[in-house]
Amino acid sequence: MEKYIKGRVWRFSENVDTDQIIPAIYLVTGDRQELAKHAFENVRPDFAKDVSDGDIIVAGPNFGSGSSREHAPRALLGAGIKCVIAPSFARIFYRNSINIGLPLVECDVDAADGDILAIDFGDGKIVNTNTSAGYTFPSLPDFLVDLLDVGLIENTKRKLKGK
Amino acid sequence: MTIAEKILAAHAGKESVSPKEIVDAKIDYVMVNDVTGLPAFEVFEEFDTTPILEKSVLIQDHYVPNKDVASAEQAKSMREFAKRYGIPNHFDVGRGGVCHQIMIEEGFAAPGRLIVGADSHTCSYGALGALSTGIGSSEAAAVMATGELWFKVPETQKFVVDGELGKYVMGKDIILHIIGDIGVSGSLYKSMEFYGYAIESLHLSDRITISNMAIEAGAKCGIIPPDEAIFDYLKNRVIGEYSPVYADEDAEYKNTFEYDASKIVPVVATPHLPENVTPASEINVQIDQAYLGSCTNGRIEDLRVAAAVLKGAGKSVHPDVRMIVVPASRSVFEQAMREGLIGIFMDADAYVAGPTCGACLGGYMGVLAEGERCVSSTNRNFIGRMGHPNSEVYLANPAVVAASAITGRITDPTDLLEG
Ligand code: SF4
Repeated sequence: MEKYIKGRVWRFSENVDTDQIIPAIYLVTGDRQELAKHAFENVRPDFAKDVSDGDIIVAGPNFGSGSSREHAPRALLGAGIKCVIAPSFARIFYRNSINIGLPLVECDVDAADGDILAIDFGDGKIVNTNTSAGYTFPSLPDFLVDLLDVGLIENTKRKLKGK
Repeated sequence: MTIAEKILAAHAGKESVSPKEIVDAKIDYVMVNDVTGLPAFEVFEEFDTTPILEKSVLIQDHYVPNKDVASAEQAKSMREFAKRYGIPNHFDVGRGGVCHQIMIEEGFAAPGRLIVGADSHTCSYGALGALSTGIGSSEAAAVMATGELWFKVPETQKFVVDGELGKYVMGKDIILHIIGDIGVSGSLYKSMEFYGYAIESLHLSDRITISNMAIEAGAKCGIIPPDEAIFDYLKNRVIGEYSPVYADEDAEYKNTFEYDASKIVPVVATPHLPENVTPASEINVQIDQAYLGSCTNGRIEDLRVAAAVLKGAGKSVHPDVRMIVVPASRSVFEQAMREGLIGIFMDADAYVAGPTCGACLGGYMGVLAEGERCVSSTNRNFIGRMGHPNSEVYLANPAVVAASAITGRITDPTDLLEG
């Protein structure tokens, strides 16, 4: 995982559920790129069109609630999203994201659409370069940092080898 | 320790665990459905191993019978996966139904078990005293391969519902009332435990409704201590042995919530969150569709309640309303036929179909057009959940769904039948 990223903000409010991230009618493929074409289609039709590689999502509490569909973080990765920042996440979405390599940051950040954020995962710092406001966040437990780095698939392979 | 803590400790081979601790636990069963299965199978192939046959359960329910070529391909991938590895527990069209109902009916769910499923409403089996919770597809694949998964031990919240429930008030109203109180993130990362006379007096079906919707408060699981009602249900049904788990006297709860069941009325959750809870008698909303079904309220007990309302009113479904009835499983359907309920629904102009998730997730067989409103016995009323982003879903119990189908507007059955 990259230790330092800088990206443009897409701002969302609270309780963004996975039906909003990827509507159920598109759950007929697991392909990231295919799913990304319909990300946020019902609530923000401009997203899929205008999102670019390296962008960041900043949202309110309880991001990723609802359905367990892993298609949601897959769609975001497919769209080029490099990190999601929210004060809290729904637990299945959290697990899914870490497992497939989408970093999440639990932090209440004030940012508007189009602001540029700089995130330092090593030091646990975020700076909004438009407002100069700074934020800190607790680093992930080592166990999760490993998982994020290695990925669930590789991690499971290692586990199976050790058996 | 609380029930969740004890189940996790037992499955992690530990004397005790405490909240926030991360443990590796052995899993009793892992379930995937046709939507979450395909991505899981793709991941599984990377492992170069074989699935643990007796622990893996595959259920076709979301888009079956197939709605289009893409969903047909998806269902086919499950069939092929089951065949390739010889997985005995594969429930295909005509032999099963909605995944959570099947996990319970077929005896996979039982007290004290640790069960995961690639579907968020896997928490339903808490009604039988299991710790069950939703996970993603990749994790499901990993569990099929290793039989283990990591967990963060959740804090537990205690919900005590005492007193008598009124007429036409169901498990659905209890859980919606609680979510209305604590909010859709009121139990985020936590285990909910339910106690009190009103809970003990519920039949299993209504308890399942409560555990089913724990996820709508953000919870990891929603557990009800198992009693005779559960042990009776499991006789001649459960696979293997099980051992019930109860909380210690000195178990530590993050907080305790108390409710008086006699004050709970038939409610609806208005769009677009399950926490928007209002008494059904207090809103005036016209509807286009009434949906009775799903893992939340598609059981025989639910169908009986709705049929009794239709019969009691002696009227058909309102001419401007489509009522759709989808029994949650083949065996619910058969039982409803034996009891003459299907006839009652059809006589009242309701459309009855075989088990599928279909309309519940806005998939097919009952999708809403722009501006349409549906009163639904399901569990989610998110934006676009049952169709067009500008359609609306009102969550309610089966009695409210049936009463509303007759009047064409959201209706408290008391007002219809006893007003
Ligand atoms: S019935 Fe609805 S909530 Fe239940 S598993 Fe199917 S789609 Fe999910």
